[in-house]
Amino acid sequence: MRHPVSSAAPIPLAFALNGAPVTLQAPPLMRLADLLRERLRLTGTKIGCDAGDCGACTVLLDGRQVSACLVPAAQVAGRRVETVEGLAQAGGLSALQAAFLRHGAAQCGICTPGMLMAAEDLRRRNQAPDEQAVRDALGGVLCRCTGYRKIIEAVLDVASSPRAPEPEAQGAVGARVAKVDGIAKLLGKEAFGADLVPEGCLSLRAIRSPHAHARFRLGDFSALRAAYPGLLRILTAADIPGRNLFGIYPTGKDQPVLAAGYVRYRGEAVLALLGDAATLAAIPEADIPILWEELPPVTFAEAARPSAVRLHADAPGNVLCRGRVVSGDAAAGLAAGAVRAEISVETGFVEHAYIEPEAGFARRIGDRVEIFACTQTPYMDRDELAGILGLAPAQVRIIPSAVGGGFGGKLDLSLQPLIATAAWLTGQPVRMVYTRSESMASTTKRHPARITAEAAADGEGRLTALRFHGDFNTGAYASWGPTVAGRVPVHAMGPYRVPNVAATSTALYTTDPPAGAFRGFGVPQAALATEALMDMLAARLGQDALEFRLANALRPGDRTATGQLLGAGAALVACLEALRPRWRALRAEAAAFNAAAPGALRRGVGIACMWYGIGNTGMSNPSEMVIGVTGEGRVILYSGAVDIGQGSNTIMLQIAAQALGLPMGALDLVAGDTDRTRDAGKTSASRQTFVSGNAARLAALSLREAILRLANAAPGAAPGAALSLHGGKIMVAHDGIETVLDPAAMAPDAAGLVLRGEGRYDPPTTALDDDGQGIPYAAFAFAAQIATVEVDLALGTTRVLGIVAAHEVGRAINPTLVEGQIHGGIAQGLGLALMEEYIPGRTENLHDYLIPTIGDVPPIEIFLIEEADPLGPFGAKGVGEPALIATAPAIFNAIADATGVRPTRAPCTPDRLRALLEKAR
Amino acid sequence: MASYLRPTALSEALAELARRPCVLLAGGTDFYPARGRLTRDEDVLDITALAELRAIRITPEEIWIPALATWREIAEAPLPPACAGLQQAARAIGGEPVQNAATLIGNLCNASPAADGVPNGLALDAAVELASQAGRRRLALADFILGNRRTARAPDELVLGLSIPLSPLPARGVFEKLGARAYLVISIVMVAVVARFLPDGRIAEARAAVGACGDRARRLPALEAALAGNRPDPALVASTHLAVLDPIDDVRASAAYRRIAALALLRRAVAALAPDRERPAA
Repeated sequence: MRHPVSSAAPIPLAFALNGAPVTLQAPPLMRLADLLRERLRLTGTKIGCDAGDCGACTVLLDGRQVSACLVPAAQVAGRRVETVEGLAQAGGLSALQAAFLRHGAAQCGICTPGMLMAAEDLRRRNQAPDEQAVRDALGGVLCRCTGYRKIIEAVLDVASSPRAPEPEAQGAVGARVAKVDGIAKLLGKEAFGADLVPEGCLSLRAIRSPHAHARFRLGDFSALRAAYPGLLRILTAADIPGRNLFGIYPTGKDQPVLAAGYVRYRGEAVLALLGDAATLAAIPEADIPILWEELPPVTFAEAARPSAVRLHADAPGNVLCRGRVVSGDAAAGLAAGAVRAEISVETGFVEHAYIEPEAGFARRIGDRVEIFACTQTPYMDRDELAGILGLAPAQVRIIPSAVGGGFGGKLDLSLQPLIATAAWLTGQPVRMVYTRSESMASTTKRHPARITAEAAADGEGRLTALRFHGDFNTGAYASWGPTVAGRVPVHAMGPYRVPNVAATSTALYTTDPPAGAFRGFGVPQAALATEALMDMLAARLGQDALEFRLANALRPGDRTATGQLLGAGAALVACLEALRPRWRALRAEAAAFNAAAPGALRRGVGIACMWYGIGNTGMSNPSEMVIGVTGEGRVILYSGAVDIGQGSNTIMLQIAAQALGLPMGALDLVAGDTDRTRDAGKTSASRQTFVSGNAARLAALSLREAILRLANAAPGAAPGAALSLHGGKIMVAHDGIETVLDPAAMAPDAAGLVLRGEGRYDPPTTALDDDGQGIPYAAFAFAAQIATVEVDLALGTTRVLGIVAAHEVGRAINPTLVEGQIHGGIAQGLGLALMEEYIPGRTENLHDYLIPTIGDVPPIEIFLIEEADPLGPFGAKGVGEPALIATAPAIFNAIADATGVRPTRAPCTPDRLRALLEKAR
Repeated sequence: MASYLRPTALSEALAELARRPCVLLAGGTDFYPARGRLTRDEDVLDITALAELRAIRITPEEIWIPALATWREIAEAPLPPACAGLQQAARAIGGEPVQNAATLIGNLCNASPAADGVPNGLALDAAVELASQAGRRRLALADFILGNRRTARAPDELVLGLSIPLSPLPARGVFEKLGARAYLVISIVMVAVVARFLPDGRIAEARAAVGACGDRARRLPALEAALAGNRPDPALVASTHLAVLDPIDDVRASAAYRRIAALALLRRAVAALAPDRERPAA
């Protein structure tokens, strides 16, 4: 190239793509990731950050892994590009992909193509890598779901022959079945929010507040329109057809889709620009005529002061809500204790950092609007969007995309109101893909917490009382703040027998980003305080930290602070007993290491327990499922439970197959489309296995009954009757008789089903009274984890050497998926403990906001304790949030054990720990 | 109007730079993150087709790291022990996808206070070579980096590469990087030390530099003087040697912590200079 060309104009390019020559025209500076996805429609390569921070777009360039988001199109001329689409062999999985499937190494699947390409780079150069080589090769790719352990296992196990096939039929529950959507994820074929683009789609770019708190006026847009003819429309608050407010709770609809003259946080949407993508990308922020009048921020430190500006008219003192659980007499109990301990703990914002930024499209079809986007809660989205658009809920259809990680962050609306409004008003399909910084700045976070707590125990080591108060920074809007404020006091006592409890919480509005739902709803923050107190009391009594917890552990027959009587399944004792040998061995190893203490390194071992109520707190949260047989003899489960990577698609089929009595492979799945499935609630509160799983079980039992009835099986024959499918016919064998049913001869209903079963399950709970008394949850999960750490006293750095986790899960419907949840939860707990803190305006990217990499997550040993829950489907309970809660407190307790100083601020970064060590000298 | 040029001859590149200032593009690892999804009205000169800027050259007197050498190529090149620290840095920058694209010269030209290449270059006494149509010049790295994101490169100049002088004396280089996680991490503090040794194991001459503790990495002349003539011993490192540093508080750490960490890392780096059998504990 001898003369400069316009960087907007396409230039001819020729290169080899997955072994085949490609020639095309593309602008020279177009990122290779965009070239692959937008021009060649190869959407297996994912985009997570556009900055080389996450590795989701990793491809091979001349055989070496690179970030496709950082490679100019012009630089691939004459070179070899390989993507995930080129890995599959003869249409099937490569050995590497098969190992990922076998080990459950793909959860949501958004990082999977990048992980696979990094591993492929390694595999070609090193046929027998060790774990360190795997970490080095995959160190440039972030995963937020798996905790990396199963990815490492898979890469180390490419060469091994696959495991024996899993038992099918009646054995579906408990089998390590591969994820039903696993192959699509490994081939890069699953459609995430950014992967589908309808013909003639407009792009939407939101303009957001650069200020935490400000008033603004819109200026004259005529110059902007004249300068950018491709800018077709500018939407403002006045364009919202219905209610320009949304929120989770009926009383908490306080967040505007587009702000009207006043913003309460940095990142709040003010305008929506519509046009072609190139035009929108060329408009500098500074050219947009918005006149800002900055106001002083209302910080978490100041929000409750009488002088603080009131952010919402109906929230005096900036209090969104309070929570309260009181039983017995905490003051008397504290006074009566032989030993007492108290602590104050602070935590910051934690970002979900799912690798898939929010994305999707909307289109208007007649008087209806369809939204294809990532979500954890399609039915709430539908109802909420109906209000925003001024439509009936039936006019809104939500088609969830594959979700590239959620963790609670995709429980709130994000881009949906913008694209839905734009599509409704223009009649054209409208697409939006959040940038990483937009995702981080504008969407919800984990609540920062300021907690004070004290506890006491008698001379024998029995807890006598616990007093707890937590202030939670709920940010600019309500979101899930009430859930946090309600859930925390229930859990504040920890999984222990405490006769006298006073636990309160307050959610405070500030001019920070809205804090919402994040894996654990405030309980991980609370556990940092409670579990520190347990260690402090044990130490003051001269007791072992595990034995102290064991003596105080909640058991069946105990009452919680809400007055709830615990039944079978309250199995913390079994968790602690499973850990005891490892606890003793690890303590001894650490003591031996420290006795020899070379240089600045000290090791410590810490333990923490947790309990977690499954499902919503003291309120109805039903799920409904439908399963049916078509005229062709196909069995279809219609599941509205959204799989966000945790595996509910697989779990629902395993449960339904088990209850129905057919092999899992005989069942097809229709998932999550609000036009085709029933409301299975939201994917949150660790509720899908327990609640939707029960609905799936009941639906399948009901279908089985219908089949048996047709086969004239005696009512008592049901348990023994064997069902099978052959050539579109249903065979029923009972009492030595085989009956053949022919679906083709039966009349289909409106949905095309000739036989159907429906199931509904709503966990039995009661609302809590003013003292927090009642039955908030139908089931609790219990767990205990041990962390071993190595602290560098000179630098204040902490390396986690290992985690041992004992989780009481009722029944592991799929042990591989349960382990995957535990690994991933532990990785997030490690991040919370040591490195993650979102600071608005300063850490809005994945290189300043740090999440654990493959080198940070240590080996994890898991004990699955299976004591069937009386209400769980086949005894099962949820594990998604329980996985995370004990980790950070166990790490903090381990740091205290190693150093003698107790961290009270999360994350415990090197400078904070070093300062604590300095102070203690 | 925004333009793009990818010349194949250095003369063409220099001619273009003589005509107008351009944004220089090589590995793209700083270029794209700075722009996000927005496009800019700018003239881009992509230097990746300049074949003459590609090969690392090793002679007894000098190592030449050309503008297009990636971190991965540096990590894999058969460099002498003096460059061991530089090679450690090469393996610690970002992750492999970044190491396969990003260049050392880009790292120097970007001039981030936390650039891992700079303290290593300072400790190696390296010099950049710049070219324009007016001719070529060499500039000590310490004179090239002027501050946070500021260099002495004139708008019409291109950095051709980095020259690392070698000495007949055996030398060892050490790099210590402190970050808050294992991979993909910007340094909180990093230190590089390169020492040349006398036959009796004493240090003939040492250079030590600290990064991310000021607007640019700095050499520590007082420490270097203290090391000369002695065997590597962490006890030689005193906090007073760090007086030239000027760290700031930011999201990664406090200024006070950076001083403490720099001291600890320097002691470890000095300890690591010793051959394995006589390495003292830091």
